[in-house]
Amino acid sequence: MMAGGYSLWLPVDVSKHGFEIDRLIYALHILMAVLFVGWGIVFAYCLVRFRQRPGHRADAVVIKAKASKYAEIGVAVFEAVLLLAFAVPVLARVKNQFPSEAESEVVRVVAEQFAWNGHYAGADGVFGRTDPKFIAPDNLIGLDPNDPHGTDDIITVNELHVPVNKPVIVRLSSKDVIHSFAVPALRVKQDVIPGMTIPIWFEAARLGEFDIQCAQLCGNNHFKMRGRIHIDTDAAFAEWKKSKAPGEAPKVSEEDFQL
Amino acid sequence: MSATAEVIPHTVEPHPVTGVYNGKFGMWLFLASEIMLFGALFSSYVLLRVGSAEWPHGYSVLNVPLATVNTMVLITSSVTVVMAWYCLQLNDFGKARLYLLATIGLALVFMVIKYIEYSSKFEHHHYPRTNLFYGLYFTLTGLHGLHVLGGILVFLYFVGPGAGMWKTDPHRYTNRVECAGLYWHFVDLVWIFLFPSIYLL
Amino acid sequence: MSAATHGSHAGHDHGAAHGHDLPFWRKYVFSVDHKVIGVQYTITALVFLLFGFSLMMIMRYQLAYPGRPLPIVGSWLGPGLVNADRSLSPDGYNVFGAMHGTIMVFLAVVPLVVGGFGNYVVPLQIGAPDMAFPRLNAASYWSYLSGGLVMFASFFMKGGAAQSGWTSYAPLAVISPGQTVWLLGMVLLITSSLLGSVNFIVTIVQLRAPGLSFFRLPFFVWAQFVTAFLLLLAFPPLEAAAILQLMDRIAGTSFFMPTGLVVSGQILPTEALPHTGGGSPLLWQHLFWFLAHPEVYVLILPAMGIVAEVVANNTRKPLWGYRSMVYAIIFLGFMSFIVWAHHMFMTGMGTKLSLFFATTTMIISIPSVVVLTALILSLWGAAMRFNSQFLFALAFLPMFAIGGLTGLPLGLPASDIHLHDTYYVIGHFHYVVAPGTIFAIFAGVYHWYPKVTGRKMSELLGRVHFWPSLICMNVIFLPMLFQGLQGLSRRTYDPLVYDAGQAVQGWHFVSSWGAWILAIAQIPFIINFFWSAVAGKKVSDNPWDATTLEWAAPSPPPHGNFLKSVSVYRDPYVYSPPGRPSDFWPQNQPPED
Ligand code: HEA
Ligand code: HEA
Ligand code: CUA
Ligand SMILES: [Cu+2]
Repeated sequence: MMAGGYSLWLPVDVSKHGFEIDRLIYALHILMAVLFVGWGIVFAYCLVRFRQRPGHRADAVVIKAKASKYAEIGVAVFEAVLLLAFAVPVLARVKNQFPSEAESEVVRVVAEQFAWNGHYAGADGVFGRTDPKFIAPDNLIGLDPNDPHGTDDIITVNELHVPVNKPVIVRLSSKDVIHSFAVPALRVKQDVIPGMTIPIWFEAARLGEFDIQCAQLCGNNHFKMRGRIHIDTDAAFAEWKKSKAPGEAPKVSEEDFQL
Repeated sequence: MSATAEVIPHTVEPHPVTGVYNGKFGMWLFLASEIMLFGALFSSYVLLRVGSAEWPHGYSVLNVPLATVNTMVLITSSVTVVMAWYCLQLNDFGKARLYLLATIGLALVFMVIKYIEYSSKFEHHHYPRTNLFYGLYFTLTGLHGLHVLGGILVFLYFVGPGAGMWKTDPHRYTNRVECAGLYWHFVDLVWIFLFPSIYLL
Repeated sequence: MSAATHGSHAGHDHGAAHGHDLPFWRKYVFSVDHKVIGVQYTITALVFLLFGFSLMMIMRYQLAYPGRPLPIVGSWLGPGLVNADRSLSPDGYNVFGAMHGTIMVFLAVVPLVVGGFGNYVVPLQIGAPDMAFPRLNAASYWSYLSGGLVMFASFFMKGGAAQSGWTSYAPLAVISPGQTVWLLGMVLLITSSLLGSVNFIVTIVQLRAPGLSFFRLPFFVWAQFVTAFLLLLAFPPLEAAAILQLMDRIAGTSFFMPTGLVVSGQILPTEALPHTGGGSPLLWQHLFWFLAHPEVYVLILPAMGIVAEVVANNTRKPLWGYRSMVYAIIFLGFMSFIVWAHHMFMTGMGTKLSLFFATTTMIISIPSVVVLTALILSLWGAAMRFNSQFLFALAFLPMFAIGGLTGLPLGLPASDIHLHDTYYVIGHFHYVVAPGTIFAIFAGVYHWYPKVTGRKMSELLGRVHFWPSLICMNVIFLPMLFQGLQGLSRRTYDPLVYDAGQAVQGWHFVSSWGAWILAIAQIPFIINFFWSAVAGKKVSDNPWDATTLEWAAPSPPPHGNFLKSVSVYRDPYVYSPPGRPSDFWPQNQPPED
């Protein structure tokens, strides 16, 4: 019945930038452990040493604890180092320094209750225009039927394919409420806010198939809003793209949306 | 109940260090929280307006002359409430009561004008849900209107059932009118911000 | 100790004398006495605490055994909350989760530490006869109770209780059932807090006894003072937000609804959802967190205050670094207004803004370190007296430390990418609020119980309460940190859906059993709480040999608190002063005796 599972630490990391995040998490936890153990030793020593017993009276003379000042300064310095040396550069790289679109794979992801719709530009490399007013059961992301760029576009549901060792830009948007696009194995997480299109990017370093989680409460089936991301070789990725009949609506079942 | 009031220090007499009695201090704090309330609403207004592609100019859709009249009415009522307090300090309860009644009257005029304004909006099928502009217009002026209503009720209490305190504890009664007056100035001040930012910009 | 017994005896007489001029319902129900109101707050909030915990125990069953029918309670819950097979439904899980958070924060812990302890203890500790505005105080309680009842009633209304998390993010909250009642309840609760905080500030500034300067105030009073400012200034923006969201729900405005939404295949506006768009979902988050971050310090500051009182009293020595602790919490109060967006790092905030909030977040952790360090150094050279309240206060320190330290990885936006909205966050803040604040509350109950009832709680039951509670809290919350590191999202009804959930499902099982045993461990406390009121050992007015003013009043204190007026001659914690035989020197004792 119980699936067991007592993992203690981070999941596998298949991204190029993830090790920097992991390193920060390691460094932080070492700092935390040092502080906790350091303080803990003083604490435990006091508990043993300064109990009430006959003949012992508390020493009200205020001790001058330089140590505490140093410890506090130490904490502040360490935090500053973490912030400036680790957090800032990673954040800037991950969030700001986007690769050029020309040398990346660009995917649109449109979130809705409760599924992830993938949108690929198709052979012409240009995304078809979309508009909410075209949304229909056979046109989930509202592709404009009059836009020629849209005819060869590929639409997927709860399934993304990306090439390995190539930057991938994902443009996130939502049809209804706030979702959050999270791929723990890629150390990627970004809230998807309706009314906005938010780009993120990553580069996968290993092949495989991993979970896309929805990390933001988005309704009763939030917990089932799971997609899969396939990291393919260049060849396999091209193969997959070709296998998708362009312009055709993906086959979806009620199951995909759990409405 | 009044027994408790007697034993609590500085209910009437100012505290020697802070220089205020409890009620006035409490009122200042309450107004600080009100500033945060309206401050948050004004910030929301600015944010939503800046984020919108288009936004009607208040003067082109709202009735500026009526609102101007209302501004004058409210400012006048701020004066009458100060006069009421002033008369109480001069021990002239009769006159003070007249000033309080005048304040109530002016506040009612304000509300009537507001009513006229609102109903003409409804007649033209402009509701809070029409667009963001009307949503904010109705929410902000409506909340301000509720504050005016609260003030009317308090002043009614002072001239009605609460007036007995003038006989038993005139100093405290005067303080109460002073506190209500502070509140009233604040309500006035909110309007003075609302008027230009919604009607004129 | 005949004098002391006499004192408490006199107290009873005094109370009885007043009992004649006030009918029962005025004395104990619609009372304006801060002590009665404090007790009303405490009891009501404890009931809500138990209720909030019960909701979570049901959820924990679903987490430990996903999809299995709920034993016993399954047949009590309404059709929306359970599936046909009597297992908890996804809706039920979301309703319980949202209401657990709301109840714990707004109906249990804050009313306990501020409305309960604050009300009862602050006027006594400053030597005042009552709060500055007794009737406002009563109004604050009744407004709180109505808010609570509205929230509670929402379970039984059409549409059920709110189900969009305690954070109520728009647009989900705007289109979900139950939210309107939640918002109305919040407006009442906010009103209650505002009335309360005005009262606290005025009381502390204006009603201090002669000689009680600001730096002679007990640390608990300082904590309440800073807390009151946080409540006063941070709650109004949430009130504004609640008003705007109410308008979105009942008047069809679109403050938080962007253009072009398509809900269930229907493009807005529709008849049911007449939203024309143009609004901003992030506006809600800014308004909400502008309150909710200061709010978490509202949960912790009074708790630190209680712990400081208990530590000073039972180490039998002055607090180390009292002044730096005071400066630290004042600084913390200021800073808490400019860190709110660290809850929003993943909303697509720009790097510069992220860095600003990360920096302020790192800065705000320093005052907490100062307070914790001061408390630990206060133990040095002590003569510790290990009674129940001291055990809970001591346990608070390392538990808060774990909670606080796990805040750091969340405060750096880079590591927050992986940890945001995972169980790591749940583990982080529960360490601060559950074995943190709740332990401080327990410490406060054991500490001040004799003042309220004239009797002591049982030490034996206290220990039977303490040890299992301490162990269970860690069994519950430590695994959540592991689950979070693995990447398991919070608010996940069935964790087995995800790989990450399967990798850590065993921990859910451990955690749930911890929670249920924790519940059993509360039984000795509940027995102790009620039984001691009638059968506890009668004690003197100052059973702990404490120095602060509340112990100079009879137990229980009569209406008006002190039999004769009190003056203050020294600092709050003059314990074991050199050259004096007694190991404590009350604040109100004139120097020349
Ligand atoms: C009382 C409540 C409380 C307190 C005090 C704190 C304190 C802190 N919190 Fe926490 N927090 C919450 C309650 C609290 N938090 C809640 C409820 C949420 C989630 C809300 C939601 O999303 O639903 C949250 C979420 C939250 C986030 C958002 C996470 C996310 O959603 O991704 C962040 C990010 O920065 C954060 C950071 C911090 C920091 C840096 C502190 C710092 O102030 C901590 C400073 C303290 C220390 C650094 C400890 C120092 C002590 C020692 C070093 C002594 C050691 C002693 C011994 C060994 C005996 N918190
Ligand atoms: C102050 C706040 C507070 C407190 C104290 C707690 C206490 C507890 N919480 Fe909660 N929790 C939240 C605030 C709090 N929580 C919030 C804000 C959320 C997020 C909600 C959201 O997602 O929107 C959350 C979410 C949350 C989750 C995550 C759910 C999810 O994401 O899917 C879990 C999971 O286990 C959990 C568990 C617990 C447990 C086991 C306790 C236990 O520690 C409880 C212990 C309680 C007791 C020990 C009570 C004892 C009672 C008495 C002694 C009463 C005696 C009575 C009389 C004398 C009359 N909580
Ligand atoms: Cu989509 Cu949660
Ligand atoms: Cu915070």
